[in-house]
Amino acid sequence: MIQSAIDLPVWAACLVAFFLLIGSGLALIGAIGFLRLPTFYERIHAPTLGTSWGVGGIVLASILYFSLSSSRLAVHEILIGIFVTVTTPVTLMLLARAALHRDRAERNGNVPERKREI
Amino acid sequence: MLPYPLLTLSLVLMWLLLNGFSFGHLLLGSFVAIFASWGMAALRPEKPRLRKWYLLPKLFWLVFVDVIRSNLAVALVILRGRPRGHTAGFLTMPLELQDRTALAILAVILTSVPGSAWLEYDASERHVLLHVLDLIDEETWVDMVKNRYEKLLMEIFE
Repeated sequence: MIQSAIDLPVWAACLVAFFLLIGSGLALIGAIGFLRLPTFYERIHAPTLGTSWGVGGIVLASILYFSLSSSRLAVHEILIGIFVTVTTPVTLMLLARAALHRDRAERNGNVPERKREI
Repeated sequence: MLPYPLLTLSLVLMWLLLNGFSFGHLLLGSFVAIFASWGMAALRPEKPRLRKWYLLPKLFWLVFVDVIRSNLAVALVILRGRPRGHTAGFLTMPLELQDRTALAILAVILTSVPGSAWLEYDASERHVLLHVLDLIDEETWVDMVKNRYEKLLMEIFE
């Protein structure tokens, strides 16, 4: 049975809020970076804030909250963390290689050339 | 019977985490996991060999610490701008690592550590193209990746 958030002890509430704020704060900073950084290859780095400790912090907060408030271990959130971590590089490489291909074909910017065509 | 015991075990574990533990779900999950691992066997992927599995926690710890550190660094770069003399740039790095699983793990690590992105791996030339957000000098970076991660991954997998 899940109790309401008011019944949570203060230290637990503080801990949950701490991780939740770290996670969502990093995700927000990542989003700001996504808006502010000048080039495509720099913008690629910003969302990884959200997919590393952004997700990590929110998952930790969720594990703590639901474990404490329903007094049984709730750890299935870890799966979210694992799958986000493992799938991010796939999208990132896809986007980055598409950008590299376009920049090389159009010869704009100082993108490193491929040493040899495969 | 079980071509990929580790995969089967993690699938059962995942099933139980998602559905809650009960004897019925244990049976159903094992059933699904065994069939899934047969399906995997039909694809015949290269089987990863863990040589020194006890080094894995060390690797996880290194990554954990680095992720926290570079999260802070990238957040600062975004909020304050880059310090003078630092630029973002591409980096080509030769790799000695050849095992596919180890390369995949290295790619996941370098991507999930904010501030560096794995762009392109050339299997015949055996080098990788990285993009680094806050590049001070290339040598330090290559050194860091090679000594911190590549050496450890080679010990674990090769």
